[in-house]
Amino acid sequence: MAEYTAETEHGLQPAPPPGPVREFWHSFKENRGAVIGLVVFSTFLLIAIIAPLLAPYGPAQQFRDHLLQPPVWQDGGSWQFPLGTDPLGRDMVSRLLYGARFSFFIGVVVVAIATFFGVVIGVIAGFAPRWADTLIMRVMDIVLSFPSLLMALVLVAILGPSLINAMIAIAVVLQPHFVRLTRAAVLSERAKDYVTAARVAGSGQLRIMFKTVLPNCLSPIIVQAALSFSTAVLDAAALGFLGMGAQPPTPEWGTMLAEAREFILRAWWVVTLPGLCILVTVLAINLMGDGLRDALDPKLKRS
Amino acid sequence: MSDTILTAENLTRHYSVKGGLMRPDATVRALDGASFSLRPGSTLAVVGESGCGKSTLARVVTMIEPATSGRLTIGGKEIGPNGAKGDRDLRAMVQIVFQDPYGSLNPRQTIGQTLMEPLLLNRPEIGKADREKRAREMLLMVGLRNEHFDRYPHMFSGGQRQRVAVARALMLDPKILVLDEPVSALDLSIQSQILNLLVDLQERLDLAYLFISHDLSVVSHFADELMVMYLGRPVETGPLKDVYAHPRHPYTRALFSATPVADPRRKRNRIKLEGELPSPMAVPPGCPFNPRCWKATDECRQSFPEYTGGRHSYACFHPLAKDELPRAETQA
Repeated sequence: MAEYTAETEHGLQPAPPPGPVREFWHSFKENRGAVIGLVVFSTFLLIAIIAPLLAPYGPAQQFRDHLLQPPVWQDGGSWQFPLGTDPLGRDMVSRLLYGARFSFFIGVVVVAIATFFGVVIGVIAGFAPRWADTLIMRVMDIVLSFPSLLMALVLVAILGPSLINAMIAIAVVLQPHFVRLTRAAVLSERAKDYVTAARVAGSGQLRIMFKTVLPNCLSPIIVQAALSFSTAVLDAAALGFLGMGAQPPTPEWGTMLAEAREFILRAWWVVTLPGLCILVTVLAINLMGDGLRDALDPKLKRS
Repeated sequence: MSDTILTAENLTRHYSVKGGLMRPDATVRALDGASFSLRPGSTLAVVGESGCGKSTLARVVTMIEPATSGRLTIGGKEIGPNGAKGDRDLRAMVQIVFQDPYGSLNPRQTIGQTLMEPLLLNRPEIGKADREKRAREMLLMVGLRNEHFDRYPHMFSGGQRQRVAVARALMLDPKILVLDEPVSALDLSIQSQILNLLVDLQERLDLAYLFISHDLSVVSHFADELMVMYLGRPVETGPLKDVYAHPRHPYTRALFSATPVADPRRKRNRIKLEGELPSPMAVPPGCPFNPRCWKATDECRQSFPEYTGGRHSYACFHPLAKDELPRAETQA
């Protein structure tokens, strides 16, 4: 023992082999689309965080003299409102910047809720006796069999329209995917010898479930979480558009779309710009998610 | 015998298979009445073809699964249906090394964590520093180096992984080690290294080995006693030399004749068994070997033969005489 302490102290150990993070990054950066997605996503995230510093005005501040002013490059536009104003005279730039905050807030919270409950239920289903497993999975199948937006609408109708309720509804709709994924991964992992070995070493059931098996099931779950992020943003926007999500004057992108619907022919920018923001964010996240999947889980590769 | 550490009497393990729409429920007799004992410092090898219940035996002895019936006594304690649950001393008595070193180590745990886990769970009174010290000592003992402690399993070769698996099994100072085909997934050159390590450890720690294998040439170098299994039952048990020199059961003879010999000029008298291994869901009545045996008579089809003989015991109505040639040889 004296030998090895001496060895570690003098730093005689060879250079550590590449860690899992570096290995992951190496294969992730191969995928150009994924890197672009990551850059765009990070930019949006940064914007969301520092929106109050970037935005020239408050998101609800009205300029009654400048209703529906076009963007700066069109006739009648001015640098005071680079992307124009909405029907109530609010600055589009400020509202879009603040809107990024809501989208990310929704994405993070929804994915966190859905992942947490989905994974816990999935692990339980994977280890449960046959009847309990069947019961859980059939309930999940029922949830999945509803069109997701309809299900979310029903839930919001029950809970009452608000951003928080919309997020809960979307989380409920997304969560069965996590349950199925986790259960499938757990079923294939739990048959392996290292799980039996842990049992022979004296691990209890809970330790086996969450400490031995779960960490080995994480890759597909991470990928699913990344892809669900975009679904969450999209569904929240859709609910907002239908008046069931964030309520005016919240500068949420979907709600902004809904508010400006009647002006679509007269003032294209009030509708197009929030729509573009949604599009770019979702696209970036999806590209990034695909890259994540390829890097973390070669088995799931689609191409 | 007073120095036996493990005794099994008539151990059985049946699995019930739920029938489908058209099939009735069935019982798989994976292990069907095995009796044997283990002594410290000696090795009992269990051989037989695939599906004869070797691995089930390993799981029952390791208390991963309870026996359906029969008595299993380990270190003087009789094992109940709960196995080693809640009994840390019992848990520590028997440990196992699996066949596939790629599946038996948790890919998310470093070697150090893998080795320390049994101590953490079963010897909570041991402090963190002491735990690490013991794990590092064990690493040296199985021929790995100290710097391997913080690495992950995917950075190791199969042989090194199997050393880690052996180290993990030894962390709790077991008295019995179940080796479930520990070398059959390894290269031939690595196999001998691992076998030498196991022999060495057995001498140093006075371990009792239950060595499960289908490779008779490995067994012949390693075992003290041999148990030949067929369809969940031992058909012949005895000291390795006796069984090798003079197999009494026709199945043992057939199994030995199937071992490849590395000498192209030597004439081989292979006994070709006819038919397939019957399904353990439908074990033939009488001696389970009777449909494939060249000596089978009506007696064999009706009742299972008793075990006869002393230390070298066998279950056969028509044991082979000392110099008897099997049918294949007499015909040739």
